Amino acid sequence: MSAGPSRLALFWAEYSENKIAVLALVVVVVMILLALFAALISPQNPYDLANLSLRDSRRPPGFVGSGGYTHILGTDPQGRDLLSAIFYGLRISIQIGLAAGFVSLSIGTTLGILAAYLGGRVETLIMRLVDLQLSFPAILLALVIVALLGQGKAQLIGALVAAQYAYFARTAYGAAKAERGKDYIEAALATPLSARLVLWRHMLPNCTPPLIVVATVQIANSISLEATLSFLGLGLPVTEPSLGMLISNGFPYMMSGRYWISVYPGVALIILIVAINIVGDQVRDQFNPRLRK
Amino acid sequence: MLGFIIQRFIQAVGVMAVMSVIVFFGVYAIGNPIDIVIPPDATQEIRLEAIRRLGLDRPLYEQYFTFLANLLQGDLGRSFVYNMPVLELIGGRLPATLELVLISVISATVLGVSLGIYAGYRPDSWVSKTIMAVSVLGFSVPSFWVGLILILFFAVHLGWLPAGGRGDTVMIWGVAWSFPTLNGLSHIALPAVNLALFKLAMMIRLARAGTREIMLTDTIKFARAAGLSEATILRRHLLKLISIPIITVFGLELGSTLAFAVVTETIFSWPGVGKLIIDSIAVLDRPVMVAYLILVAFLFVTINFVIDLVFALIDPRVRDGASA
Repeated sequence: MSAGPSRLALFWAEYSENKIAVLALVVVVVMILLALFAALISPQNPYDLANLSLRDSRRPPGFVGSGGYTHILGTDPQGRDLLSAIFYGLRISIQIGLAAGFVSLSIGTTLGILAAYLGGRVETLIMRLVDLQLSFPAILLALVIVALLGQGKAQLIGALVAAQYAYFARTAYGAAKAERGKDYIEAALATPLSARLVLWRHMLPNCTPPLIVVATVQIANSISLEATLSFLGLGLPVTEPSLGMLISNGFPYMMSGRYWISVYPGVALIILIVAINIVGDQVRDQFNPRLRK
Repeated sequence: MLGFIIQRFIQAVGVMAVMSVIVFFGVYAIGNPIDIVIPPDATQEIRLEAIRRLGLDRPLYEQYFTFLANLLQGDLGRSFVYNMPVLELIGGRLPATLELVLISVISATVLGVSLGIYAGYRPDSWVSKTIMAVSVLGFSVPSFWVGLILILFFAVHLGWLPAGGRGDTVMIWGVAWSFPTLNGLSHIALPAVNLALFKLAMMIRLARAGTREIMLTDTIKFARAAGLSEATILRRHLLKLISIPIITVFGLELGSTLAFAVVTETIFSWPGVGKLIIDSIAVLDRPVMVAYLILVAFLFVTINFVIDLVFALIDPRVRDGASA
């Protein structure tokens, strides 16, 4: 770092004042690490069918299975060790959330900034479409698209992107529209620099703060949406269960008191989503000039 | 004012036209529905006959115009699976969804606005902080998960309330309703709470934000200076001023709750439209999917249109802005 506190350091100083937000950030980082190193820390590879034994299925937490180790959180209907399945499920949920988040961010931001820069017909067309979509519930849109495209990771991400890019487009448009009229953009456009370069190098960085906030919230939303779709049976194939799929698998057994199959993956999901949202909330408060003392 | 209404009406019709094209081609352009309608071991003649009967042999744009012509006459086609008019099918399921959605949204609004005003009026009290903390949870926890926990706790663990179904119904105007019977009410309770929770969180936040902002304005200062009691200020001035965003959200939420009902109805086996659409997606019953989407789009466009009108009535700035 250069001499004197950098912007990042200042940002962190303010962020770390909120202890709950710090805790949430730690939780998010730990969850990402668990997902990254799932293969190393899991007692079992839940995707390897040779590892699974039906004799171990639906066992309560603390059961010592045929593998010779304790299933701390019990097992699911396929005889998977739930703890391992949760680590691997986290991996899929986070993957999907990040992928959908970044693709929607790219598409939405591009559309929003283009609409603000080009103006006229293009602006009207893009923003009308975006507004129309925003008035339509994301869950319904994602549901229909998944139903039409079929199951699979790419299709699922496609559906989530289609349901969520509009939020980014709206935000980017709002920010870019405000920047568009400012002198520095006019000045940069008057130079021989290409418009693309001006938008990329000058416009985009100034539109970033609100986009970061929307991105955090939308990643959490993607994860939650994916879980919901999986729960409704429209998500990923059963062989590689995400958290939502694990919850869905356990649902029929809940009535007979085998709560752990649904509850523990659900707890992991909730902790992840709530933690991301708290981090997002804090970042938004810090970016919001109206809340500054 | 009239110009404003006409302008908005034309926009609404335009949006509906675009939606009908998107929905129709989106649903019909992908996959082949004929494989679902006839058994796989059917002869070629039966197959061709079925394709002709359903009009699937004609070009897509022709199918669209037939569909559009029928649509304008109130005919949304027949379900492939149930072999009955789609409108009748959806209509039969609508009361169940409607009573669930209305009970949820109205109770969420009444409770949410009261709690939100309190939290905005006394932002530093611990009650307000608790309200806000709970509302954050309501926002971020996926609703299917809440439903699951409700079932686990109230139905499985305590055994107080049923986990699914509609319970006893009463016929009013030839339609079955659950809410007038005690048994029916006990069946509505859990899904309604499930559906209301997210809306409740939103209403609380909205009412609180509005209250905090408006309590600082000159309107309130002058009202206080004029010697009005706090209760009168809250009721007569604050409530009126925060009502605009709340009416908007109430309208929009009514629509989006219908969409969210898909999840709740699936969890609680509530025999409404949401469960119908999930079942139809599973078996690719296209006419039902198309009809449902068109109806939802229509609902949204209508709600937006009505909100615009109500807006213009409440807030003169809106209609002046439009005519200027």
